[in-house]
Amino acid sequence: MRIYVTSVFVDDQAKAERFYTQVLGFQTKLDIPLGEARWLTVVAPDDPDGTQLLLEPDGHPAARPFKEALVADGIPFTSFAVADIQAEHRRLEELGVRFTQPPTEMGPTTTAVFDDTCGNLIQIVQLPEG
Amino acid sequence: MGDVFKALADPTRRTILDELADRDDQTLFEICSRLLTKHQLDSTRQAISQHLDVLEAAGLIDVRREGRYKLHSINRGPLEHIVDRWLDRS
Repeated sequence: MRIYVTSVFVDDQAKAERFYTQVLGFQTKLDIPLGEARWLTVVAPDDPDGTQLLLEPDGHPAARPFKEALVADGIPFTSFAVADIQAEHRRLEELGVRFTQPPTEMGPTTTAVFDDTCGNLIQIVQLPEG
Repeated sequence: MGDVFKALADPTRRTILDELADRDDQTLFEICSRLLTKHQLDSTRQAISQHLDVLEAAGLIDVRREGRYKLHSINRGPLEHIVDRWLDRS
């Protein structure tokens, strides 16, 4: 068994695809019409066969209250690894991304948290070398 | 307004203020992360939330909503009153 896909609940798939590809820099992997929604996944461009991120509609009545409660307390439910968190923070801020937490040393790692404009907070983390 | 001295009597609440002194506008998640990773304080989120309520009642922190986030900042006002009362005799 292996983890091939994980998901993030988004309020609008078209907007999410724009943010996750044009701003964050992922690339669309699968885009399959599925009733009213799409099976829409993105991957990291340097790891196209790696774990996919499913941009999943948050239409279920429980999804939005769940997201809102997490966001109110600043909790990121999804986390991505970056090589240089300071550079990534600068790059994303210049693109207008709103950070609730700038890069901050948290023990051996440095983390930051930003708003994905689709109803979620996302953590980026620079892991210690080695 | 709650009792400033009672609010300051608890070491976890003093550590929360230490961390808020580093940066304004922190979410509950950031405060919990700082306490856990920098001070090995693994209190529950609910416990930290209650500490924040006590600090807010004592006027030692300001809590505001910005958009969908709830942000916490230190308010040094009550501490300055302490200085005025006993230390500022010049």
